[in-house]
Amino acid sequence: MGLEEKLPTGVLLTTVELAAGYARKGSLWPASFGLACCAIEMMATGAGRYDLARFGMEVFRGSPRQADLMIVAGRVSQKMAPVLRQIYDQMAAPKWVLAMGACSSSGGMFNNYAIVQGVDHIVPVDIYLPGCPPRPEMLIDAILELHDKIQHTKLGVNREREIAALEKEALAATPLHLQKGLMR
Amino acid sequence: MSRVPQIVRGFWVTFSTMFKKPNTENYPEQKDKYPPKPRFHGRHQLNRHPDGLEKCIGCELCAWACPADAILVEGADNTEEERFSPGERYGRVYQINYLRCIFCGLCIEVCPTRALTMTNEFELADQTRESLIFEKQDLLGPLMPNMVAAPHSMVEGTSERDYYQGKISRATDAQIAEVAARAGINANGQV
Repeated sequence: MGLEEKLPTGVLLTTVELAAGYARKGSLWPASFGLACCAIEMMATGAGRYDLARFGMEVFRGSPRQADLMIVAGRVSQKMAPVLRQIYDQMAAPKWVLAMGACSSSGGMFNNYAIVQGVDHIVPVDIYLPGCPPRPEMLIDAILELHDKIQHTKLGVNREREIAALEKEALAATPLHLQKGLMR
Repeated sequence: MSRVPQIVRGFWVTFSTMFKKPNTENYPEQKDKYPPKPRFHGRHQLNRHPDGLEKCIGCELCAWACPADAILVEGADNTEEERFSPGERYGRVYQINYLRCIFCGLCIEVCPTRALTMTNEFELADQTRESLIFEKQDLLGPLMPNMVAAPHSMVEGTSERDYYQGKISRATDAQIAEVAARAGINANGQV
């Protein structure tokens, strides 16, 4: 009984997914997590010349509860790591992380005891953005790629299945701290 | 000075910007309007000699110069059967980890053969760490007209020196035939 029985399989749900994805990507509010020089480029991206407002994300939120996207801009020190994780945990789902710049993606040139060698040791990263610092166009390009990912995010049961599959895959993969050579 | 004119003067700045041209670069829509300067440090490229042989000699100077340890090079000897570059050695493995790379350009400064240069391409964001480690096939420059892909022998009757003095202008018919013969052997081998 209902509309879904009369429609071909999956039509209604996928349309809802499309609409939800469109709404989510259209007002992606970033939590500013500027830690170093990348934050300057992040601010430039928000300002008039590059104008993140064109993508509905001009409000950089200081409070994690109102943010969907954490742009980790800069090097994360060991001391900052628990703070970063707490901010991430406080953000309401669905949430995404963008590792901006070499330092937050992999530690960059700071391969030492003080810096976390990639923010993906602490939080799951959706988009890695190389550059030192990346120019605003690079950040916009990364954000647009993230938009594409958000647009194709599944909903409900499909999303649960997707998460289970990803979890299984992640458990089978080599842990980051065991990866050697250039993968470090 | 009274308070009111101050406020009016302040808002006048805000008001007058309404009649100014916006300075926004509409990046993804009009990306050709504001291209990066030619000196911009973007993704690397491994260059080729005009006949298609690789310029990289596997000396690892770029890897030594790199302050972020982002480059991995393993050199190997050229043989008469498999020649990738003029001279003794070539870069067998060439990897750049773009998550470590800080685009400082020290690697292209030290490169003795100008094998490594930087392009203006900057759209590098990706979703996994693995995909941001670029291998040799990702970094090698495109085959221009009159180039044939290595491995093949040097232009007949020339030495390494002639390559660096710019005496080679294009792949000779003998080299083109050699590469075609090699491809033929491979195709037959697969069948």
